Amino acid sequence: MLLFSNIAFLALAGSGGEQGGLLDVVPGLIFWTVITFVLLLLILKKMAWKPILNSLNEREKLIKESLEKADNARREAEKLIEENKAALSKAEEEAQKIIAQGREFSEKLRDQILIESKSEAKKIIDLANAEIARKNQEAFNQLKEEVANIAINAAEKIIRENLDADKQKNIVKKYLSDLTKN
Amino acid sequence: MTGIDSLNTVSDSLAKAENSGSQDTGWLMHHILDARELDFEPFGTIHLPNINLFGFDISITKHVIFMWLAAIILILIFRTVSKAYQKSLAPKGLSNFIEVLIIFVRDEIAKPTIGKGFERFLPYLLTVFFFILTCNFLGLVPYGSTATSNISITATLAILSFIMIQAGGIIHNGFLGYFKGLVPHGVPAWLLPIMAVVEILGLFTKPFALAIRLFANLTAGHIVILALLGLIFILNTYFVAPVSIAFALFIYLLEILVALIQAYIFTMLSSLFIGMAVHQDH
Repeated sequence: MLLFSNIAFLALAGSGGEQGGLLDVVPGLIFWTVITFVLLLLILKKMAWKPILNSLNEREKLIKESLEKADNARREAEKLIEENKAALSKAEEEAQKIIAQGREFSEKLRDQILIESKSEAKKIIDLANAEIARKNQEAFNQLKEEVANIAINAAEKIIRENLDADKQKNIVKKYLSDLTKN
Repeated sequence: MTGIDSLNTVSDSLAKAENSGSQDTGWLMHHILDARELDFEPFGTIHLPNINLFGFDISITKHVIFMWLAAIILILIFRTVSKAYQKSLAPKGLSNFIEVLIIFVRDEIAKPTIGKGFERFLPYLLTVFFFILTCNFLGLVPYGSTATSNISITATLAILSFIMIQAGGIIHNGFLGYFKGLVPHGVPAWLLPIMAVVEILGLFTKPFALAIRLFANLTAGHIVILALLGLIFILNTYFVAPVSIAFALFIYLLEILVALIQAYIFTMLSSLFIGMAVHQDH
Protein backbone atom coordinates (compact mmCIF):
# COMPACT_ATOMS: atom_id res chain seq x y z
CA MET A 1 0.00 0.00 0.00
CA LEU A 2 2.76 2.33 0.99
CA LEU A 3 4.42 1.86 -2.34
CA PHE A 4 1.36 2.53 -4.42
CA SER A 5 0.33 5.54 -2.43
CA ASN A 6 3.83 6.89 -2.92
CA ILE A 7 3.69 6.37 -6.66
CA ALA A 8 0.32 8.04 -6.83
CA PHE A 9 1.61 10.85 -4.72
CA LEU A 10 4.67 11.29 -6.85
CA ALA A 11 2.54 11.34 -9.95
CA LEU A 12 0.43 14.06 -8.44
CA ALA A 13 3.39 15.95 -7.05
CA GLY A 14 4.29 16.82 -10.62
CA SER A 15 6.15 20.07 -10.24
CA GLY A 16 9.90 19.66 -10.60
CA GLY A 17 12.40 19.53 -7.83
CA GLU A 18 15.98 18.42 -7.71
CA GLN A 19 14.92 14.89 -8.53
CA GLY A 20 11.64 15.61 -10.28
CA GLY A 21 8.49 13.55 -10.28
CA LEU A 22 7.76 10.35 -12.12
CA LEU A 23 5.41 12.06 -14.56
CA ASP A 24 7.38 15.27 -14.97
CA VAL A 25 7.99 16.35 -18.51
CA VAL A 26 11.40 17.96 -18.62
CA PRO A 27 12.10 20.21 -21.64
CA GLY A 28 15.85 19.57 -21.47
CA LEU A 29 15.29 15.83 -21.82
CA ILE A 30 12.95 16.35 -24.75
CA PHE A 31 15.61 18.47 -26.38
CA TRP A 32 18.30 15.85 -25.88
CA THR A 33 16.04 13.03 -26.94
CA VAL A 34 15.17 14.75 -30.20
CA ILE A 35 18.84 15.56 -30.88
CA THR A 36 20.01 12.06 -30.00
CA PHE A 37 17.29 10.25 -31.85
CA VAL A 38 17.41 12.33 -35.00
CA LEU A 39 21.20 12.13 -35.15
CA LEU A 40 21.04 8.38 -34.55
CA LEU A 41 18.43 8.04 -37.25
CA LEU A 42 20.50 10.01 -39.76
CA ILE A 43 23.76 8.24 -38.91
CA LEU A 44 22.22 4.77 -38.96
CA LYS A 45 20.29 5.51 -42.13
CA LYS A 46 23.44 6.47 -43.97
CA MET A 47 25.75 3.98 -42.32
CA ALA A 48 23.62 0.93 -41.65
CA TRP A 49 20.10 0.76 -43.00
CA LYS A 50 20.84 1.64 -46.59
CA PRO A 51 23.77 -0.75 -47.12
CA ILE A 52 22.28 -3.52 -44.99
CA LEU A 53 18.83 -3.37 -46.57
CA ASN A 54 20.40 -3.12 -50.00
CA SER A 55 22.56 -6.15 -49.43
CA LEU A 56 19.59 -8.03 -47.97
CA ASN A 57 17.54 -7.25 -51.06
CA GLU A 58 20.48 -8.11 -53.26
CA ARG A 59 20.92 -11.41 -51.52
CA GLU A 60 17.24 -12.21 -51.70
CA LYS A 61 17.33 -11.46 -55.40
CA LEU A 62 20.41 -13.63 -55.77
CA ILE A 63 18.76 -16.51 -53.94
CA LYS A 64 15.62 -16.15 -56.00
CA GLU A 65 17.63 -16.08 -59.21
CA SER A 66 19.72 -19.04 -58.13
CA LEU A 67 16.61 -21.02 -57.33
CA GLU A 68 15.12 -20.14 -60.67
CA LYS A 69 18.35 -21.04 -62.40
CA ALA A 70 18.51 -24.34 -60.57
CA ASP A 71 14.91 -25.04 -61.50
CA ASN A 72 15.63 -24.24 -65.13
CA ALA A 73 18.73 -26.42 -65.08
CA ARG A 74 16.73 -29.26 -63.59
CA ARG A 75 14.07 -28.90 -66.24
CA GLU A 76 16.74 -28.82 -68.94
CA ALA A 77 18.38 -31.91 -67.50
CA GLU A 78 15.07 -33.72 -67.40
CA LYS A 79 14.48 -32.78 -71.00
CA LEU A 80 17.94 -34.06 -71.91
CA ILE A 81 17.34 -37.32 -70.11
CA GLU A 82 14.06 -37.69 -71.93
CA GLU A 83 15.80 -37.02 -75.22
CA ASN A 84 18.56 -39.45 -74.37
CA LYS A 85 16.04 -42.10 -73.51
CA ALA A 86 14.24 -41.57 -76.77
CA ALA A 87 17.51 -41.71 -78.70
CA LEU A 88 18.54 -44.83 -76.85
CA SER A 89 15.31 -46.65 -77.58
CA LYS A 90 15.54 -45.57 -81.21
CA ALA A 91 19.11 -46.86 -81.39
CA GLU A 92 18.06 -50.13 -79.84
CA GLU A 93 15.28 -50.50 -82.36
CA GLU A 94 17.74 -49.78 -85.12
CA ALA A 95 20.14 -52.34 -83.76
CA GLN A 96 17.39 -54.93 -83.56
CA LYS A 97 16.47 -54.18 -87.12
CA ILE A 98 20.06 -54.51 -88.25
CA ILE A 99 20.46 -57.79 -86.42
CA ALA A 100 17.26 -59.12 -87.95
CA GLN A 101 18.40 -58.03 -91.36
CA GLY A 102 21.75 -59.67 -90.83
CA ARG A 103 20.14 -62.86 -89.72
CA GLU A 104 17.85 -62.90 -92.72
CA PHE A 105 20.72 -62.19 -95.04
CA SER A 106 22.90 -64.86 -93.51
CA GLU A 107 20.09 -67.39 -93.75
CA LYS A 108 19.60 -66.54 -97.37
CA LEU A 109 23.28 -66.76 -97.94
CA ARG A 110 23.48 -70.12 -96.22
CA ASP A 111 20.63 -71.46 -98.29
CA GLN A 112 22.23 -70.19 -101.43
CA ILE A 113 25.57 -71.64 -100.49
CA LEU A 114 23.91 -74.94 -99.65
CA ILE A 115 22.17 -75.04 -102.98
CA GLU A 116 25.28 -74.04 -104.82
CA SER A 117 27.42 -76.58 -103.04
CA LYS A 118 24.86 -79.27 -103.68
CA SER A 119 24.80 -78.52 -107.37
CA GLU A 120 28.57 -78.31 -107.35
CA ALA A 121 28.79 -81.64 -105.63
CA LYS A 122 26.38 -83.10 -108.12
CA LYS A 123 28.45 -81.69 -110.94
CA ILE A 124 31.59 -83.14 -109.41
CA ILE A 125 29.88 -86.49 -108.95
CA ASP A 126 28.68 -86.38 -112.55
CA LEU A 127 32.12 -85.53 -113.71
CA ALA A 128 33.55 -88.31 -111.63
CA ASN A 129 30.97 -90.76 -113.06
CA ALA A 130 31.80 -89.67 -116.56
CA GLU A 131 35.48 -90.13 -115.79
CA ILE A 132 34.80 -93.51 -114.32
CA ALA A 133 32.83 -94.49 -117.41
CA ARG A 134 35.54 -93.18 -119.62
CA LYS A 135 38.18 -95.02 -117.58
CA ASN A 136 36.11 -98.20 -117.78
CA GLN A 137 35.88 -97.86 -121.54
CA GLU A 138 39.58 -97.29 -121.73
CA ALA A 139 40.28 -100.23 -119.52
CA PHE A 140 37.95 -102.33 -121.64
CA ASN A 141 39.65 -101.19 -124.78
CA GLN A 142 43.03 -101.99 -123.30
CA LEU A 143 41.76 -105.32 -122.20
CA LYS A 144 40.47 -105.93 -125.70
CA GLU A 145 43.86 -105.08 -127.11
CA GLU A 146 45.52 -107.25 -124.50
CA VAL A 147 43.19 -110.11 -125.30
CA ALA A 148 43.90 -109.64 -128.99
CA ASN A 149 47.59 -109.73 -128.26
CA ILE A 150 47.21 -112.79 -126.12
CA ALA A 151 45.14 -114.38 -128.84
CA ILE A 152 47.72 -113.54 -131.41
CA ASN A 153 50.41 -114.94 -129.16
CA ALA A 154 48.38 -118.06 -128.60
CA ALA A 155 47.73 -118.33 -132.29
CA GLU A 156 51.40 -117.97 -132.96
CA LYS A 157 52.13 -120.68 -130.47
CA ILE A 158 49.51 -122.95 -131.96
CA ILE A 159 50.75 -122.22 -135.43
CA ARG A 160 54.19 -123.06 -134.38
CA GLU A 161 53.05 -126.33 -132.84
CA ASN A 162 50.55 -127.33 -135.64
CA LEU A 163 51.61 -126.63 -139.20
CA ASP A 164 48.43 -127.92 -140.43
CA ALA A 165 47.13 -124.96 -142.29
CA ASP A 166 43.52 -125.95 -142.53
CA LYS A 167 43.26 -126.88 -139.03
CA GLN A 168 44.91 -123.61 -138.24
CA LYS A 169 42.51 -121.74 -140.32
CA ASN A 170 39.53 -123.24 -138.56
CA ILE A 171 40.90 -122.55 -135.20
CA VAL A 172 41.59 -118.94 -136.05
CA LYS A 173 38.20 -118.58 -137.55
CA LYS A 174 36.56 -120.12 -134.60
CA TYR A 175 38.61 -117.99 -132.30
CA LEU A 176 37.80 -114.82 -134.11
CA SER A 177 34.13 -115.57 -134.22
CA ASP A 178 34.17 -116.23 -130.52
CA LEU A 179 35.94 -112.99 -130.01
CA THR A 180 33.43 -111.00 -131.99
CA LYS A 181 30.63 -112.70 -130.15
CA ASN A 182 32.03 -111.43 -126.97
CA MET B 1 11.87 20.31 -3.61
CA THR B 2 8.48 20.75 -2.06
CA GLY B 3 7.06 17.64 -3.66
CA ILE B 4 9.81 15.41 -2.40
CA ASP B 5 9.74 16.99 1.05
CA SER B 6 6.05 16.48 1.43
CA LEU B 7 6.45 12.95 0.08
CA ASN B 8 9.10 12.26 2.64
CA THR B 9 6.97 13.54 5.44
CA VAL B 10 4.05 11.45 4.24
CA SER B 11 6.07 8.32 3.90
CA ASP B 12 7.80 8.99 7.18
CA SER B 13 4.55 9.38 9.00
CA LEU B 14 3.14 6.29 7.29
CA ALA B 15 6.22 4.34 8.16
CA LYS B 16 6.12 5.50 11.75
CA ALA B 17 2.54 4.46 11.98
CA GLU B 18 3.24 0.99 10.62
CA ASN B 19 6.72 0.35 11.84
CA SER B 20 8.81 1.79 14.58
CA GLY B 21 11.86 2.24 12.32
CA SER B 22 12.14 5.23 9.99
CA GLN B 23 11.44 4.34 6.35
CA ASP B 24 12.22 6.39 3.29
CA THR B 25 11.15 5.60 -0.26
CA GLY B 26 13.66 8.01 -1.74
CA TRP B 27 16.02 5.12 -2.39
CA LEU B 28 13.38 3.43 -4.56
CA MET B 29 12.56 6.44 -6.69
CA HIS B 30 16.24 7.25 -6.81
CA HIS B 31 16.76 4.18 -8.99
CA ILE B 32 13.93 5.03 -11.32
CA LEU B 33 13.97 8.79 -11.67
CA ASP B 34 16.36 10.81 -13.71
CA ALA B 35 19.32 12.29 -11.86
CA ARG B 36 22.06 14.83 -12.22
CA GLU B 37 24.75 12.34 -11.35
CA LEU B 38 25.85 8.85 -12.24
CA ASP B 39 25.88 6.58 -9.22
CA PHE B 40 28.55 3.96 -8.99
CA GLU B 41 28.11 2.89 -5.41
CA PRO B 42 30.27 2.03 -3.62
CA PHE B 43 32.88 3.52 -5.95
CA GLY B 44 31.45 7.02 -5.79
CA THR B 45 29.38 9.23 -8.03
CA ILE B 46 30.06 11.31 -11.13
CA HIS B 47 28.33 14.68 -11.09
CA LEU B 48 27.03 15.81 -14.45
CA PRO B 49 27.30 19.43 -15.54
CA ASN B 50 24.38 21.84 -15.65
CA ILE B 51 23.94 23.44 -19.03
CA ASN B 52 21.69 26.39 -19.70
CA LEU B 53 20.93 27.55 -23.20
CA PHE B 54 18.91 30.74 -23.69
CA GLY B 55 17.30 30.21 -20.34
CA PHE B 56 16.48 26.57 -21.07
CA ASP B 57 17.78 23.96 -18.73
CA ILE B 58 19.36 21.42 -21.04
CA SER B 59 21.54 19.75 -18.44
CA ILE B 60 22.90 16.37 -19.33
CA THR B 61 21.28 13.90 -16.99
CA LYS B 62 21.61 10.20 -16.28
CA HIS B 63 19.01 9.26 -18.86
CA VAL B 64 20.66 11.43 -21.50
CA ILE B 65 23.93 9.62 -20.81
CA PHE B 66 22.21 6.28 -21.20
CA MET B 67 20.51 7.37 -24.40
CA TRP B 68 23.90 8.33 -25.76
CA LEU B 69 25.32 5.05 -24.58
CA ALA B 70 22.54 3.25 -26.47
CA ALA B 71 23.23 5.36 -29.54
CA ILE B 72 26.96 4.63 -29.38
CA ILE B 73 26.35 0.91 -28.91
CA LEU B 74 23.99 0.89 -31.88
CA ILE B 75 26.41 2.82 -34.08
CA LEU B 76 29.26 0.46 -33.18
CA ILE B 77 27.16 -2.65 -33.76
CA PHE B 78 25.74 -1.50 -37.05
CA ARG B 79 29.06 -0.28 -38.34
CA THR B 80 30.41 -3.80 -37.80
CA VAL B 81 27.37 -5.41 -39.36
CA SER B 82 27.42 -3.05 -42.31
CA LYS B 83 31.08 -3.79 -42.93
CA ALA B 84 30.42 -7.52 -42.69
CA TYR B 85 27.86 -7.20 -45.48
CA GLN B 86 30.35 -5.43 -47.70
CA LYS B 87 32.68 -8.39 -47.37
CA SER B 88 30.17 -11.10 -48.10
CA LEU B 89 26.44 -11.42 -48.54
CA ALA B 90 26.33 -14.46 -46.29
CA PRO B 91 26.01 -13.28 -42.67
CA LYS B 92 27.61 -14.93 -39.69
CA GLY B 93 27.88 -14.32 -35.97
CA LEU B 94 26.74 -10.84 -34.96
CA SER B 95 25.41 -9.93 -38.39
CA ASN B 96 23.38 -13.10 -38.41
CA PHE B 97 21.69 -12.16 -35.15
CA ILE B 98 21.12 -8.54 -36.16
CA GLU B 99 19.81 -9.66 -39.53
CA VAL B 100 17.12 -11.74 -37.83
CA LEU B 101 15.90 -8.61 -36.03
CA ILE B 102 16.11 -6.41 -39.13
CA ILE B 103 14.20 -8.95 -41.20
CA PHE B 104 11.69 -9.29 -38.37
CA VAL B 105 11.05 -5.54 -38.38
CA ARG B 106 10.89 -5.49 -42.17
CA ASP B 107 8.79 -8.58 -42.85
CA GLU B 108 6.68 -8.90 -39.69
CA ILE B 109 6.14 -5.26 -38.76
CA ALA B 110 6.57 -2.87 -41.68
CA LYS B 111 5.50 -4.99 -44.65
CA PRO B 112 2.14 -6.28 -43.36
CA THR B 113 1.07 -3.05 -41.62
CA ILE B 114 2.15 -0.43 -44.16
CA GLY B 115 2.04 -2.50 -47.32
CA LYS B 116 3.07 -0.79 -50.52
CA GLY B 117 5.78 1.83 -50.07
CA PHE B 118 6.89 0.54 -46.67
CA GLU B 119 10.55 0.98 -47.60
CA ARG B 120 10.38 4.72 -47.00
CA PHE B 121 9.51 4.26 -43.32
CA LEU B 122 11.85 1.36 -42.72
CA PRO B 123 14.82 3.46 -41.50
CA TYR B 124 12.66 5.20 -38.92
CA LEU B 125 11.03 1.98 -37.72
CA LEU B 126 14.34 0.13 -37.51
CA THR B 127 15.97 2.98 -35.60
CA VAL B 128 13.07 3.25 -33.17
CA PHE B 129 13.03 -0.49 -32.63
CA PHE B 130 16.74 -0.86 -31.96
CA PHE B 131 16.96 2.35 -29.95
CA ILE B 132 14.13 1.39 -27.60
CA LEU B 133 15.41 -2.18 -27.38
CA THR B 134 18.89 -1.03 -26.43
CA CYS B 135 17.59 1.53 -23.92
CA ASN B 136 15.36 -1.14 -22.37
CA PHE B 137 18.23 -3.55 -22.01
CA LEU B 138 20.58 -0.92 -20.63
CA GLY B 139 18.14 -0.61 -17.71
CA LEU B 140 18.71 -4.27 -16.89
CA VAL B 141 22.48 -3.91 -16.65
CA PRO B 142 24.05 -3.24 -13.24
CA TYR B 143 24.51 0.50 -12.69
CA GLY B 144 22.32 0.95 -15.73
CA SER B 145 19.32 3.19 -16.03
CA THR B 146 16.29 2.80 -18.26
CA ALA B 147 15.99 5.90 -20.40
CA THR B 148 12.70 4.56 -21.74
CA SER B 149 11.18 4.61 -18.23
CA ASN B 150 11.25 8.39 -18.41
CA ILE B 151 8.01 9.94 -19.60
CA SER B 152 9.83 12.84 -21.24
CA ILE B 153 11.80 10.48 -23.43
CA THR B 154 8.93 8.18 -24.33
CA ALA B 155 6.76 11.22 -25.04
CA THR B 156 9.43 12.59 -27.35
CA LEU B 157 9.70 9.27 -29.17
CA ALA B 158 5.92 9.21 -29.46
CA ILE B 159 5.93 12.77 -30.81
CA LEU B 160 8.50 11.74 -33.41
CA SER B 161 6.24 8.80 -34.30
CA PHE B 162 3.32 11.25 -34.50
CA ILE B 163 5.32 13.42 -36.89
CA MET B 164 6.21 10.38 -39.00
CA ILE B 165 2.57 9.27 -39.09
CA GLN B 166 1.26 12.69 -40.13
CA ALA B 167 4.11 13.31 -42.56
CA GLY B 168 3.59 9.91 -44.15
CA GLY B 169 -0.14 10.52 -44.49
CA ILE B 170 0.24 14.04 -45.85
CA ILE B 171 2.99 13.15 -48.33
CA HIS B 172 1.03 10.19 -49.64
CA ASN B 173 -2.47 11.69 -49.75
CA GLY B 174 -1.80 15.41 -50.05
CA PHE B 175 -2.51 17.91 -47.28
CA LEU B 176 -6.24 18.31 -47.90
CA GLY B 177 -6.73 14.75 -49.04
CA TYR B 178 -5.23 13.44 -45.82
CA PHE B 179 -7.50 15.44 -43.54
CA LYS B 180 -10.52 14.66 -45.70
CA GLY B 181 -9.65 11.00 -45.56
CA LEU B 182 -9.57 11.03 -41.77
CA VAL B 183 -13.35 10.91 -41.67
CA PRO B 184 -14.58 7.53 -42.84
CA HIS B 185 -16.75 7.25 -45.95
CA GLY B 186 -20.51 7.09 -45.70
CA VAL B 187 -20.88 9.17 -42.56
CA PRO B 188 -24.10 11.26 -42.46
CA ALA B 189 -23.50 14.96 -42.98
CA TRP B 190 -24.83 16.03 -39.57
CA LEU B 191 -22.32 13.70 -37.90
CA LEU B 192 -19.36 15.27 -39.66
CA PRO B 193 -18.52 17.93 -37.05
CA ILE B 194 -18.50 15.37 -34.27
CA MET B 195 -16.56 12.83 -36.32
CA ALA B 196 -13.99 15.43 -37.24
CA VAL B 197 -13.41 16.25 -33.58
CA VAL B 198 -13.23 12.56 -32.68
CA GLU B 199 -10.79 11.79 -35.46
CA ILE B 200 -8.57 14.77 -34.68
CA LEU B 201 -8.56 13.71 -31.03
CA GLY B 202 -7.74 10.19 -32.20
CA LEU B 203 -4.63 11.48 -33.93
CA PHE B 204 -3.29 12.66 -30.59
CA THR B 205 -4.44 9.81 -28.39
CA LYS B 206 -2.44 7.32 -30.47
CA PRO B 207 1.00 8.75 -29.68
CA PHE B 208 -0.15 9.52 -26.14
CA ALA B 209 -0.95 5.84 -25.66
CA LEU B 210 2.41 4.93 -27.19
CA ALA B 211 4.26 7.15 -24.73
CA ILE B 212 2.34 6.02 -21.66
CA ARG B 213 2.55 2.32 -22.57
CA LEU B 214 6.30 2.31 -23.01
CA PHE B 215 6.89 4.44 -19.93
CA ALA B 216 4.56 2.48 -17.66
CA ASN B 217 5.81 -0.94 -18.71
CA LEU B 218 9.45 -0.07 -18.26
CA THR B 219 8.86 1.72 -14.95
CA ALA B 220 6.61 -0.90 -13.43
CA GLY B 221 9.10 -3.74 -13.71
CA HIS B 222 11.81 -1.78 -11.97
CA ILE B 223 9.49 -0.63 -9.21
CA VAL B 224 8.34 -4.18 -8.58
CA ILE B 225 11.91 -5.47 -8.40
CA LEU B 226 12.93 -2.70 -6.06
CA ALA B 227 9.83 -3.19 -3.94
CA LEU B 228 10.50 -6.90 -3.63
CA LEU B 229 14.07 -6.26 -2.58
CA GLY B 230 12.89 -3.44 -0.30
CA LEU B 231 10.73 -5.95 1.50
CA ILE B 232 13.89 -7.35 3.08
CA PHE B 233 14.67 -3.97 4.65
CA ILE B 234 11.10 -3.03 5.47
CA LEU B 235 10.47 -6.30 7.28
CA ASN B 236 13.95 -6.11 8.76
CA THR B 237 14.62 -9.82 8.52
CA TYR B 238 16.87 -12.09 6.49
CA PHE B 239 14.25 -14.81 6.26
CA VAL B 240 12.35 -12.98 3.60
CA ALA B 241 15.49 -12.56 1.48
CA PRO B 242 15.29 -15.88 -0.45
CA VAL B 243 11.67 -15.24 -1.35
CA SER B 244 12.35 -11.64 -2.32
CA ILE B 245 15.34 -12.56 -4.44
CA ALA B 246 13.51 -15.41 -6.14
CA PHE B 247 10.60 -13.14 -7.00
CA ALA B 248 12.88 -10.31 -8.03
CA LEU B 249 14.75 -12.72 -10.32
CA PHE B 250 11.46 -13.84 -11.81
CA ILE B 251 10.42 -10.23 -12.43
CA TYR B 252 13.86 -9.54 -13.88
CA LEU B 253 13.40 -12.35 -16.40
CA LEU B 254 9.96 -11.00 -17.10
CA GLU B 255 11.53 -7.61 -17.71
CA ILE B 256 13.78 -9.09 -20.40
CA LEU B 257 10.62 -10.25 -22.09
CA VAL B 258 8.98 -6.87 -21.52
CA ALA B 259 12.02 -5.08 -22.94
CA LEU B 260 11.64 -7.06 -26.16
CA ILE B 261 7.87 -6.87 -26.27
CA GLN B 262 7.67 -3.13 -25.64
CA ALA B 263 10.25 -2.36 -28.31
CA TYR B 264 8.21 -4.56 -30.65
CA ILE B 265 4.89 -3.00 -29.66
CA PHE B 266 6.09 0.59 -30.00
CA THR B 267 7.48 -0.16 -33.47
CA MET B 268 4.49 -2.26 -34.44
CA LEU B 269 1.94 0.37 -33.42
CA SER B 270 3.92 3.20 -35.01
CA SER B 271 4.04 1.16 -38.18
CA LEU B 272 0.33 0.35 -37.94
CA PHE B 273 -0.57 4.01 -37.49
CA ILE B 274 1.67 4.98 -40.39
CA GLY B 275 -0.06 2.32 -42.47
CA MET B 276 -3.47 3.67 -41.47
CA ALA B 277 -2.41 7.22 -42.33
CA VAL B 278 -0.92 6.23 -45.67
CA HIS B 279 -3.69 3.91 -46.84
CA GLN B 280 -6.79 5.61 -45.50
CA ASP B 281 -9.32 3.66 -47.49
CA HIS B 282 -9.21 0.72 -45.10
